[in-house]
Amino acid sequence: MATIHVDGTAYPVDPGDHLLHACLSHGLDLPYFCWHPALGSVGACRQCAVTQFHDEHDTHGRLVMACMTAATDGTRISIADPQAVEFRASVIEWLMTNHPHDCPVCEEGGECHLQDMTLMSGHVYRRYRFRKRTHRNQYLGPFVKHEMNRCIACYRCVRFYREYAGGRDLDVFGAHNHVYFGRQADGVLESEFSGNLVEVCPTGVFTDKTLSAVYTRKWDLHSAPSVCVHCGLGCNTFPNARYGELRRVINRYHHELNGYFLCDRGRYGHAFVSQPSRIRGPLQAHGDGDRGNGNSDGSSDLRPIDRSHALEQLTAMLRERGAGGVLIGIGSPRASLEANFALRALVGPEHFSQGIADAEHRLLAAVLELLQRAPAPVATLREAEAADAALVLGENLPDTAPRLALALRQMVRHASFALAAHEQVPAWQDAAVRDLGRDTRSPLFIASPDATRLDDVATPLRAAPPDIVRLSLAVLHALDAAAPAVPDLPEDQQALAGRIAQALQRAQRPLIIAGTGAGSEALLRTAAAIAGALVRSGRAARMLLTVPECNSLGLALLGGAPLSAALAAAAAGASAGQAATLLVLENDLYRRADRASVDAALQGARHVVVLDHTLHATARRAQLVLPAATFAESSGTLINCEGRAQRFFQLLFPQDEVAASWRWLNEAACACDPTAARWDGLDQVIAALTAELPALSAVRAAAPGAQLRVDGSRIASAPHRESGRTAMYADRTVHEPPPPANADAPYTGSMEGYYGPMPAALYPFFWTPAWNSEQGLNKFQQEVGGPLRGGPAGAHVIQAGGESPGGAAPAVPAAVPAAMPAAFAPRAGAWLLIPQHRVFGSDELSARAPAVAERITAPTLGLNPEDAALLGVGDGDPVEIAIEEPPRPGPPHRLAAELRPALARGVAALSVGLPDQPWVSLPAWARLTRARA
Amino acid sequence: MPPAPERPLTRNIRPGAPPLDLAGYERAGGYQAVRKALRDLSPHEVMQEVSDSTLRGRGGAGFPTGKKWSFVPQGAQAPPQKYLVVNADEMEPGTFKDRLLLEGDPHQMIEGVIVSAYAIGAQTAYIFLRGEYLLAAERLGRAAQEAQAHGYLGEHILGSSFSLTLHLHSSAGRYMCGEETALLTALEGRRALPRAKPPFPQVAGAWGRPSVVNNVETLCNVPHIINHGAAWFRGLARGRDGGTKIYGASGHVQRPGAWELPMGTPLRELLEEHAGGMRAGRALRALLPGGASTSFLTAEHLDVAMDFTSVEMAGSRLGTGTLIVADDQTCPVALLRNLEHFFAQESCGWCTPCRDGLPWTERLLEAIEDGEGEERDLEILAMHTRLLGPGKTFCAHAPGAMAPLESGLKLFRADFERHIRERHCPWKAAH
Repeated sequence: MATIHVDGTAYPVDPGDHLLHACLSHGLDLPYFCWHPALGSVGACRQCAVTQFHDEHDTHGRLVMACMTAATDGTRISIADPQAVEFRASVIEWLMTNHPHDCPVCEEGGECHLQDMTLMSGHVYRRYRFRKRTHRNQYLGPFVKHEMNRCIACYRCVRFYREYAGGRDLDVFGAHNHVYFGRQADGVLESEFSGNLVEVCPTGVFTDKTLSAVYTRKWDLHSAPSVCVHCGLGCNTFPNARYGELRRVINRYHHELNGYFLCDRGRYGHAFVSQPSRIRGPLQAHGDGDRGNGNSDGSSDLRPIDRSHALEQLTAMLRERGAGGVLIGIGSPRASLEANFALRALVGPEHFSQGIADAEHRLLAAVLELLQRAPAPVATLREAEAADAALVLGENLPDTAPRLALALRQMVRHASFALAAHEQVPAWQDAAVRDLGRDTRSPLFIASPDATRLDDVATPLRAAPPDIVRLSLAVLHALDAAAPAVPDLPEDQQALAGRIAQALQRAQRPLIIAGTGAGSEALLRTAAAIAGALVRSGRAARMLLTVPECNSLGLALLGGAPLSAALAAAAAGASAGQAATLLVLENDLYRRADRASVDAALQGARHVVVLDHTLHATARRAQLVLPAATFAESSGTLINCEGRAQRFFQLLFPQDEVAASWRWLNEAACACDPTAARWDGLDQVIAALTAELPALSAVRAAAPGAQLRVDGSRIASAPHRESGRTAMYADRTVHEPPPPANADAPYTGSMEGYYGPMPAALYPFFWTPAWNSEQGLNKFQQEVGGPLRGGPAGAHVIQAGGESPGGAAPAVPAAVPAAMPAAFAPRAGAWLLIPQHRVFGSDELSARAPAVAERITAPTLGLNPEDAALLGVGDGDPVEIAIEEPPRPGPPHRLAAELRPALARGVAALSVGLPDQPWVSLPAWARLTRARA
Repeated sequence: MPPAPERPLTRNIRPGAPPLDLAGYERAGGYQAVRKALRDLSPHEVMQEVSDSTLRGRGGAGFPTGKKWSFVPQGAQAPPQKYLVVNADEMEPGTFKDRLLLEGDPHQMIEGVIVSAYAIGAQTAYIFLRGEYLLAAERLGRAAQEAQAHGYLGEHILGSSFSLTLHLHSSAGRYMCGEETALLTALEGRRALPRAKPPFPQVAGAWGRPSVVNNVETLCNVPHIINHGAAWFRGLARGRDGGTKIYGASGHVQRPGAWELPMGTPLRELLEEHAGGMRAGRALRALLPGGASTSFLTAEHLDVAMDFTSVEMAGSRLGTGTLIVADDQTCPVALLRNLEHFFAQESCGWCTPCRDGLPWTERLLEAIEDGEGEERDLEILAMHTRLLGPGKTFCAHAPGAMAPLESGLKLFRADFERHIRERHCPWKAAH
């Protein structure tokens, strides 16, 4: 600790920080632009100037930039010194010489860092009387709007986009006051992190294009803490709404997870909530439930019915259970823990299916088992970023867990920090450190069958999946002689394994990453074993196992059979005279099993009831469809890949019949059984859940319950400056409608109530006087860029060495695969099909958001150009895919070939999960032929 | 060894004649310093001799050359790859001294590069040449080829263990590239922005490797210092700073030109004897002593010795030592407007005060010159001269731009006020 003196007051600071960091962390208001807590200092904007005094006798001092000056012990500075005040006001005046002063029509207005800093700096009247420069704006794709004339040239956008996120297609052009930040030509921003420009830009150059279409000022937006539902990482978000309509999603800072940034899938995927495909009320198949009345494609004509009628029908169906019928519940990894639990409670654990494919079920069970065994602690995203060596096994992170890929892009910088420290350059001197470290990266090895968008900062290792397993086992053997050696490993692979092992051993904080996306249980186990070996050798090693969906791990913790068992039971029931009733929770089965088996199950079932928010192929074949709430219309818990239970809270209170799935299920349960416990609020569901599954008791701690009162009040969930609240519904009523009742959370739903320090999981927004932009977050952190004052949101559910409630943890220690995999042997005429995930398209819900849909390209079959030449196909030519192993019924399907020069030979990468793409169990062997056009 | 010359830098230069080829240069005693250094001196001894000579950088800042070299890490722990970079990006308005040396005696500079690279342990050298210097590029290229063919460049120079590869790079053209860190960044093929220091270029310069950036004239002195010794070099000067200096003059003088004279030659001698005085019937209004980014001096300063320390004591800087002379019929507002137009245009756009402040000063000067000035414009101009001063901007570009403006506002206050009061430029025909 050091002491600095700011305007005569002594403050304890870390001498490793700079003065701006120190001042802001102590709550002092010092304006800035080019500095950003995640981007470091470059000294471009000159806004954070303060007067530094040589000693206590120095009365004149000299101007220094706070962001570029170390907070060394005894430093004396003044923020209030007139020369510093004058200079800071002048910086604004200079910036304003070309700023258009168009705040009234600017979408940044009201949450603009430039507005805030202008007021803070005290510049008011314009003296510049000359013409301003004019730029032409660019089309940047569906996510981001461009208005270059507002630019104050802080350089944050290019620093984030290029240096932080690795993008190539945004840059700065021109010189002097004509500098232009944009693309070389109009076009879609390529980076999957482009949406962060909206938050990184301190003014209205880059704004949210999807918000623009339904624009509302920040002060009129209601907000609630939420969790992203578009992958398994569990990034924290703030969905914002007005008039009961979801308008945007912005980042919600979580120090251990997403920090300041989201991926574009997470930021823009939310629009599925507002799509016409939403189910807004109960629907019934045309006819009196007779399944013979459907359309030729098997779908039914669904017609609205009223709520009580729907519940009566459901109750009647459930009662048939007593009359010998079987009730099968199919859960979902994209539904909340509470919804899945309610279904499980209704149908009984033995009839509860997780609703996922066998392979995924097996992989998730393995992930859960490994998390429970914990050969190494699980890394948070922050710890991933803090690692000093990493090995990624099989997983294509930029497409399956984008925010983790972004963290790894920062992780490789550690070596340059060490280099900089040697030259007496602190890590926050961003430009200098990047210059010094340009040839120096901490080791990042990515073993994958195809190129990834992280390869530019990594040592990419290309191999077919079985060979990646063998390579990883060789790494394990090199670290742990007790692990089996890999026979017949080519010499270069052997050497490579040695190199990887050496790099991991040299690191203090090595990180091993694998995931379910690669489809290999062996890889998951080997990754954990490698991490374990490193822990045993004294390293602070971490492992991180990615999972596919927002609640995959929550579902695994509840237990239950894979989907195939439920489908088989439903299909078999008809012939056995025991036709089942299928209750499908927030799940489109056609995305998880092949068409024939889903068709057979739906046809064999006596009744099919679907609870979901979005109409999909399965819902279209249901007899009864109940309108489920999305994340925005309900509260609940999701468990991310590290086993962290996180609460999302209800933002929208629709007037129609949309309700949380657990509410529908509980109402039906109570209607069938008057003795069943009635759940009026989320806390009661969680109480029931933790009572039944004590191992999940930490779920309670994910966030305080609805009874929480601070200073005797609920928490205000609308901002203090919400305007026109009495006029908003004037077309319907001249009275101010009461805020919606919220039984699930301690929010008022209005601007009344408490807003101040609170548990981090509950902040409905971050807003503080004079800091109206997202930069106001500074005031809520223990230090800028540090943990929130309210502590980390969420609670870890999985205790190392604990038991999963879904099944007893195996007693044997973590083992590598029992059988040593053979080296990959390409087959003549046949290729090993492996999944190719897409950041835009492979996620079911975000694919329904129009802006994301614009980014989805047609499914393809990736082929190594040499393999393609064998088949006589060129880029874009149609290929016929006939799956041979495992045998699969149905006709071959056809996809356009995509030549992938980095793809391993003998392997074909099939894009998966894209809208309307048939499900295929992967990996599989397929015969490929050039299709006749 | 040739006799010690009084005008070492220009002794081989004959106005209007092509430069000496390698044979001619050798006959005139050329490449003796390379032979001496490689045969008789350790790199450290070369460095010591240059330090003892008190040679100061001739690019304008006047940093002691030997001291600059001494910051390059040496020894087994140091990065083996080091660079010597010649700053031949002579873009300072009114300055053409390096051009004279480059076009007039290219072998002299190449010899300086070889000896200096030997001193700092660089095996690669770059000449970062102003893009418009086409003749210099041609002559340097030819000279480098000759030197290469005769074993002065390349592997094992003159059979020694020292090797040097020399590259010629013609700039794409920004004034900012004259700033050494921006020059290095541009050399790497990146946007020419100045860098934060530390790290200093001597530690992490071009491509992150130890690099020394020296001006053309600085390097041309080095062979002579090695040939004739530090004491001789110091003795050439008339003041504290050793050696000769290529002075120049442009503007309203009788004989614009460049001359090699003892360092510390008085301004009056330069102006009246060498430049032939003011044009007939004109009087001196003011001059910029060392390029566009130095403060004005006037007739009262004519007895100032033109060395680094003396000019600074007179309130300006020696800079490049090339005078820009304005007579009494020159509108000072128009002169400053022209200068600030240059500086505003050449701002790299990185830091706010420079990027947005300089265009404002240009617009104000333009308005005043066009008869559209307002009383408070002078306050705003004065504010810029204070707030764009040293330490407030990222690099020295804006402070350099403010030097003539700050002094000009004081010297020519009455002229500015008259422009504003009369709403037109008094030097232009009344409308």
